[in-house]
Amino acid sequence: MGFENFGTVSFTTEAKATDFMTYLEAGKVMATRCKKCGASYFPPKADCPRCLSSDVDWFEIKGKGKLASYTLVNYGPTGFENDAPYILALGKFDGIQIFARLSRDIEEKDIQVGMSLVVSPVKLPDNRIAYEFKKG
Amino acid sequence: MPDRNVCIIGGGMSQWGVREASIIDMAQEAAKECFDEVPALKKEDIDGLLFASSYCGRSAFQVNIAPVIAERIGIKPTSMCTRVDTLCAGGSAGIILATGLIKSGLADVMMVAGGEKLYTPQRWETYYSELASIDHDWDGAQGMGLPPPFFSMTAQEHMKHYGTTKEQLAAVSVKNRRNGSTNLKGHFHKEVTLEEVMSARPIVPPLSLFDCTPITDGCAAVLLTYEEKAKELSDRPLVYIRGAAQASLHSMSMNWPGEHLGDWVHLRTAAKRAYETARVGPDDIDVAETHDCFTISEIVEMEDLGFCKKGEGGPFVESGQSDFGGKLPVNTDGGLLSCGHPFGATGVRQAREMLYQLQGRAIRQVEGAEIGLTHNLSGLNVEHTIVIYGREP
Repeated sequence: MGFENFGTVSFTTEAKATDFMTYLEAGKVMATRCKKCGASYFPPKADCPRCLSSDVDWFEIKGKGKLASYTLVNYGPTGFENDAPYILALGKFDGIQIFARLSRDIEEKDIQVGMSLVVSPVKLPDNRIAYEFKKG
Repeated sequence: MPDRNVCIIGGGMSQWGVREASIIDMAQEAAKECFDEVPALKKEDIDGLLFASSYCGRSAFQVNIAPVIAERIGIKPTSMCTRVDTLCAGGSAGIILATGLIKSGLADVMMVAGGEKLYTPQRWETYYSELASIDHDWDGAQGMGLPPPFFSMTAQEHMKHYGTTKEQLAAVSVKNRRNGSTNLKGHFHKEVTLEEVMSARPIVPPLSLFDCTPITDGCAAVLLTYEEKAKELSDRPLVYIRGAAQASLHSMSMNWPGEHLGDWVHLRTAAKRAYETARVGPDDIDVAETHDCFTISEIVEMEDLGFCKKGEGGPFVESGQSDFGGKLPVNTDGGLLSCGHPFGATGVRQAREMLYQLQGRAIRQVEGAEIGLTHNLSGLNVEHTIVIYGREP
């Protein structure tokens, strides 16, 4: 499968990194590491942006990260009208920065910059899927 | 091929605001003001046109717009006629590209123009088109689309790391709305008080209404040529393009270079190169037009352009150092906060103001200004584009 079910609104239906979606359906948020130069990327890249090699490995982002910054979106763009309000966040993981929504399980009063996060798949309405931050 | 000094000799703006006019109509208004500024220039002297626009294909429904504008303003380009798009920096990118073409001899006299028609009959189209300006596949899929949430995070991080206050953000708006009050070509002419800014309705906290640039229709145009031709065409003091640079990166997820969102490493990279190519430093700049898309932007720009120390942008602005009478006046024509921001037009508007400042004929003149700097930020902080102008080459 491709990216057609990714996110509330998907923009990419055909891309070389579609293994990402297969892993996501199987419960794993995966990044890529170049076998040639060792550079890690999230979002994953089927071809390495640093050395341009196509020889890359997938690895799961298992560790805990930290919340670097977040913002509350009250007014969503097209396709996201029914999602708002939602919280967008930046999480810093080992060598990787991830931009994702904060899980609705986390109450706004409990959000603290620096709090521990994990990233995991989230099922959305209409059979769609994305990834989000949960408490780590 | 020759290596020529390049000068800016004329500038024009359409009326900016909420316009009942097409992008082509507004381009013509801006071009006319340009032509009127340089009466000795014949239309056939102009051999090239670069038109900066990002949304013309979307909200004005016109792609390959440069030849349409060339025809509308009655010029027949023979060197280069094309559209330039780096979103909010398209105008400055056009000026840099035209400088290279003229410097090398591939072009002699070029018009660099830019503009957007953003208020469409379906007004919501404007805002939602913004989604196309980010890394669509990943950041967009999460529901990041509009600039305010991103710059709200920038403001919060700056406040946290450096103690910047909401009053300091508001000081940028008060200054720029005051500067813009006499620039009747801009979108807003009404001054705002600190109290009005502080009590305005929130957009994305800590940013409120007057912390954000509006959505604006408008076009601007400037004329560039080589030094000898500039002397032939104009009796006004010569204004040279001394140096320039642009630093780019990509999405928030992948590649943010700073320690935090208030740390704009790529702006420092662009500034270093721009100062080197212009053979000046930040202390040499007499006047600047910087990209105040949000009040926090101007504060970070003061720091990372080298006008004050890192983290001191808030006090710098609040104490009037970026106002008339301070270290260097910034956004003397009102900036984005007053003039509005028809993306491709903004860099061209800044160039026009810099031309007027360095020729001593700006509406709010910085006395004796000899070296000026313009700066654009594009997208969700993915590019910084700088042009440095001077009375000497």
